[in-house]
Amino acid sequence: MHKILRKQRLSENVYRMDVEAPLIARERRAGQFIILMVDQELGERIPLTIADADAEKGSITLIFQSVGASTMRLASLEEGQEIPALLGPLGRPTEIRGENGEKPGRVVCVGGGIGVAPLHPIAQALKAAGNQVTIIMGARNKDLFVMEEEMRQIAGDRLILITDDGSSGRKGLVTEPLKELCQAGEVDEVIVIGPPVMMKFCALTTLPFQVKTVASLNTIMIDGTGMCGGCRVTVGGKTRFVCVDGPEFDAHQVEWDQMIRRASSFRPQEAEGRAHVCQAGIFTK
Amino acid sequence: MTPKEKMAIPPQAMPEQPPAIRARNMKEVALGYTPEQARLEASRCLQCPTRPCVQGCPVSIDIPGFLGLAAQGDFPGALKIIRKSSLLPAVCGRVCPQEKQCQKNCTMGKVLKTVDGAVAIGRVERFCADLARETGDVSGQETACAPATGKRVAVIGSGPASITVAADCARAGHAVTVYEAFHQLGGVLVYGIPEFRLPKAIVRAEIDGLRRMGVRLETNFVVGRTRKLKDLLEKDGFDAVFIGVGAGLPKFMNIPGEDLIGVFSANEYLTRANLMKAYLEGQADTPFWHGKRVAVLGGGNVAMDASRMALRLGAEKVYLIYRRSLAEMPARREEVHHAQEEGVEFLVLQNAKRILGDKDGKVCGLECLRYELGEPDASGRRSPVAIPGSEFTLDVDTVVVAVGNGSNPLVPSTTPGLEVNAKGNIVVDPDTNATSLPGVFAGGDIVLGAATVILAMGEGRRAAAAINDYLQKK
Repeated sequence: MHKILRKQRLSENVYRMDVEAPLIARERRAGQFIILMVDQELGERIPLTIADADAEKGSITLIFQSVGASTMRLASLEEGQEIPALLGPLGRPTEIRGENGEKPGRVVCVGGGIGVAPLHPIAQALKAAGNQVTIIMGARNKDLFVMEEEMRQIAGDRLILITDDGSSGRKGLVTEPLKELCQAGEVDEVIVIGPPVMMKFCALTTLPFQVKTVASLNTIMIDGTGMCGGCRVTVGGKTRFVCVDGPEFDAHQVEWDQMIRRASSFRPQEAEGRAHVCQAGIFTK
Repeated sequence: MTPKEKMAIPPQAMPEQPPAIRARNMKEVALGYTPEQARLEASRCLQCPTRPCVQGCPVSIDIPGFLGLAAQGDFPGALKIIRKSSLLPAVCGRVCPQEKQCQKNCTMGKVLKTVDGAVAIGRVERFCADLARETGDVSGQETACAPATGKRVAVIGSGPASITVAADCARAGHAVTVYEAFHQLGGVLVYGIPEFRLPKAIVRAEIDGLRRMGVRLETNFVVGRTRKLKDLLEKDGFDAVFIGVGAGLPKFMNIPGEDLIGVFSANEYLTRANLMKAYLEGQADTPFWHGKRVAVLGGGNVAMDASRMALRLGAEKVYLIYRRSLAEMPARREEVHHAQEEGVEFLVLQNAKRILGDKDGKVCGLECLRYELGEPDASGRRSPVAIPGSEFTLDVDTVVVAVGNGSNPLVPSTTPGLEVNAKGNIVVDPDTNATSLPGVFAGGDIVLGAATVILAMGEGRRAAAAINDYLQKK
């Protein structure tokens, strides 16, 4: 059982939870994720990225959007209540420049929406390994930014905010400053996490500059340990599995359109599930 | 009873739900013998002195012994004999390929010149186990353990191989902890084999047996990630580790269109339906793909399970496509027969060439090729050869790929020094199931590739004996 130590509502349907998980807090590395269940009998296995961890307190931080039946149920849990099942850390840790044999360099981290949450530990690790870290954060409007302060602590004045409506930072798309940095020749590596379409266009942006670009994929997944094959993606013409080969892949090699299409496989069923939870009045209290 | 009298007893047919009804419900297909049927069937055993059936059993159950007691109506006594060798009689009585093992060697079958005439050993085994479970009689279940040795064994995974190791090591007095990555125990018995072939209540009863023996059962714990295997030995105080993590990543056909919406591995399809309980319509949160016209690719037991599951979850038409002929099909004959009875259409000597998609990227058809049998290949089976120009298209909205599994890379990739072969399966000493690392043993599908429940149990039994031996000397 994993007690919810702290719960915060960050925006209309984005929540932050600090959850007791001492083993995961100890073992996790940047880039890894967990799978949790709110109900072990009939619930869904929900993959979520780890936004932060405190090994001493034995807790991990999750940031999630309540978009489907299962995440709505998760959001209905309060501080002091428990999450019955939490598995992890899953996936391969990020290869951090400066630790992986390559010299530290200039790394741009691009996060879209709540993709900033999993980007946070990666940016932290990159900074710790001696890289110059630039962070580009994008959101539809200023209310949808998560972990802005944490990211500012890492990047200082190299934090670039972008909103669709100009309500904070620059108005536009994350690909614009990314392109400018590439044009200026100031980028050795790019890491991008966010909605698949955003990641696809970031990959297209950096491709002409031949800048190494890594994307973290969030796909359909059941077991998360290399059994079901639901998370398969084509990378460089080969079938790869996000749960054991990923979640990070060379963004220039990922077949984005295929990945985006497969991610929508269960959309009609998900909409039905959402309606079901709303009718059940889980938020009525 | 004289042999002649025994031969006069007709083989007892297994009562079953009628095909048209069972194809639309999730309840068990085979209903089990009545006590009288079990007694009659057991009476057919000739008690021949050569006991060829025992040699056919991967765990060497004293088959004439238990049939002898069952013939007298002493079913608890019969179960006691079975349990000396097999930990999971209710499971094995259902899912063992008896016709390729014990029953294949049965003298009665030889006399009657058909394996169908063999004594139905599995059905009697199942009856004895079910009777004990239903009447709450656990006396046959040997849960007594030797005095505690102070030694600790970690078992990774909770499928048939792991359950066997956990029980055998616990009986020897060792403190055993089982680590399961999923939220429920049982491995392939709960995520893979469907309810209609193996009710999950039976698996739970077997797991409860482990609990009564004092085995610690940890779910939601993935060794290699939550904790490295070496840390279990070096930091957490375990004296030996057994790796029974089962089959790994599903194989695909590598044909165009496998990335379309509506294409699933059998692992994913069955896990959604079984473990995630998609069959409880409207109750489970995990979405399921309710295909109306389903094509299942493959000819093994998993392909049978997937095609029969598709029917039960509302498919109007299910094709099973296999590139060899019925004679070469690796699935159990009984499963093939059940699938055919239920209305799965078998397209043999045919194979998928590409999956067709509509403008939204959803499956809308399957292009197949016809095949003929050529020369025998390395497996000894005649190899299928495509007939050029024989393409045709099936109207389907779902494709389930059931062509086997690779190995699970998780433990090997996080355990330096653990030797694996080119396929990624863990290399073990065939006599002891010891791996290349001291104190680390492995068995089941992670060693064998895809195998059966009983073979995995046999491996577990051997590994446990070796672990107990290793710990005694340590």
